[in-house]
Amino acid sequence: MSKKVLMKGNEVIAEAAIQAGCKAFFGYPITPQNEIPEYMSAHIERRNGIFVQAESEVAAINMCYGAAATGARVMTSSSSPGMALKQEGISYMSGADLPVLMVNVSRCGPGLGGILPAQGDYFMATRGGGNGDYRTPVFAPAYIQECSDLVFHSFDIAEKYRTPVMILLDGMLGQMMEPVEIRPTPPIEADKSWVVDGNTDKRPPNIVNSLSLLGDVLEQQNLIRFEKYAEIERTECMVENTVKDGDEIAVVAYGVPARIVSNAIEELSAEGIRAGLIRPITLWPFPYDVFQNLPASVKHVLVAELSMGQMVEDVKLGVNGKYPVHFYGRCGGMVFDPSEIADKVREIIKGHTPAEPVPRNGKPSDRCTKHTKGGAQ
Amino acid sequence: MAAKVIYEKSRGLKDNPLTYCPGCSHGTIHKLVAESLVELDVLERTIAVAPVGCSVLAYNYFNCDGIQAAHGRAPAVATGIKRVCPDKIVFAYQGDGDLASIGTAEIIHAAHRGENFTVIFVNNAIYGMTGGQMAPTTLINQKTTTSPYGRFEETTGKPLLVSEMLATIPGAAYIERVSVHDHAHILKAKRAIKKAFEYQVEGKGFCMVEVLAACPIGWNVLPVDSMKFVRDQMMPYYPLGVYKDRANIGGKGGAL
Repeated sequence: MSKKVLMKGNEVIAEAAIQAGCKAFFGYPITPQNEIPEYMSAHIERRNGIFVQAESEVAAINMCYGAAATGARVMTSSSSPGMALKQEGISYMSGADLPVLMVNVSRCGPGLGGILPAQGDYFMATRGGGNGDYRTPVFAPAYIQECSDLVFHSFDIAEKYRTPVMILLDGMLGQMMEPVEIRPTPPIEADKSWVVDGNTDKRPPNIVNSLSLLGDVLEQQNLIRFEKYAEIERTECMVENTVKDGDEIAVVAYGVPARIVSNAIEELSAEGIRAGLIRPITLWPFPYDVFQNLPASVKHVLVAELSMGQMVEDVKLGVNGKYPVHFYGRCGGMVFDPSEIADKVREIIKGHTPAEPVPRNGKPSDRCTKHTKGGAQ
Repeated sequence: MAAKVIYEKSRGLKDNPLTYCPGCSHGTIHKLVAESLVELDVLERTIAVAPVGCSVLAYNYFNCDGIQAAHGRAPAVATGIKRVCPDKIVFAYQGDGDLASIGTAEIIHAAHRGENFTVIFVNNAIYGMTGGQMAPTTLINQKTTTSPYGRFEETTGKPLLVSEMLATIPGAAYIERVSVHDHAHILKAKRAIKKAFEYQVEGKGFCMVEVLAACPIGWNVLPVDSMKFVRDQMMPYYPLGVYKDRANIGGKGGAL
């Protein structure tokens, strides 16, 4: 019997988190992620969890810091401007080696931007907006089933490596519905000897902090943390790669845009143009190696993003000069459709790229003059 | 005849040497907190939240679990801990730059939610650790490194009265301002701090004790004169006393 149910992406993430043993959720309202805190407020306390609507995103991530320090599975969610505010806490939690799951249902920016979907938070997610040397594992689901599966996986990664982990999706995936089966996996057995949960009748006092005033001590702590990051790079990278021998071009996209690219690849194959998809599922660690092991038939790499071009920099690092790297992006909440990607591939294959790409549904000048209506914040 | 022990360091404090300046009030206040935790027999189930400021290393001194919070965020961190571990004793130890400036949102909303933990608010009218800059609590005409000609009300406002402000919040259970500039006031401060922890044990809600404290190095005065400054300059502007006590006003949510 199928256990599939029709659910919205944001609600799936919340339900999966509860089933993964999330003990506490701390959040703050922001569109388009509101279904996550709303679902949590309705369900987690009835299942022995904690829900707090914080006074700000800053407070929410610092509540996570405190709750995670007790050894509990904790989570927060937000959207782009809110994630920007959480960077202080993410840096602190990285420096204090605390596990937390953070979900960014991203929207378009910069600034208040708008509430439409976008992928302009790639740099913030993978490079970190907080201070100091740290890395954050980032998972980018493209399907609602994958949202659910990655919630269980992310909690395990966070606890295994004692690090903040982010799930980065766009507002499309958060808001749309698909059939999904929530498939719980048992939590990993993580070391909890370091926690501050007020049990010093049984053990000496523990300390959780990121402060280290001696240079040689702090350097050593950072070196140890980067051994952990190196281990994550070696073992936790995830990518979907459909590039086959005979494909002329590899198209790189993550999240829902990768599904749009898949449709474009189908459209192109009908006319004999062979293309394959590379879909990074972890944005950090990034699957750099994939680009050094492509079939000999590949002559071009195209990156498609809902941004002005951010992941394209990682792709260039992976390609390392081996292929020309092309880019097609839409931003401001505009979403490309498959024919835009197919047109771009045709141009590249024919060796001709127009100076200004023409969007499918309008003249070039329209792109500068059309404005979306203001809406919810 | 065996010697009789009439005084010893509280076991609520570790043996680590304090890094505070000569004449600083933090050592006295640490002692009062430690003694309270031991006398209430809760030390082994207590979690201390240290701020950013002079007491950033407080986790090295209190003999219990400790965590260091981002600047001003101690009440949010304490909220996260206490919500997950409601049977533990949680306290945030914050200075006036931490609590009354960068952390105003966090302290107000912790009180607003009626979080059942204790806050020790050390008010020395200055940013001590960073070298004596003006705080929201700096007195009018007081010279600091960022108010070198004195604090002017016209451009920087009057010193923020945190206890009075938090006492207006229904979720606050107990708010008292004390001082530690002489023995009599230290004893009163001890009673207030112990009560703020007793209320937490009883689940009464948010408790804060504001402690007027001396910062002779930051103020650029001798330690003895710094005690006189607390008495003669700070106490007239920051009146001591109980600003909110739920025991006297009935149930949670009562007005001042």
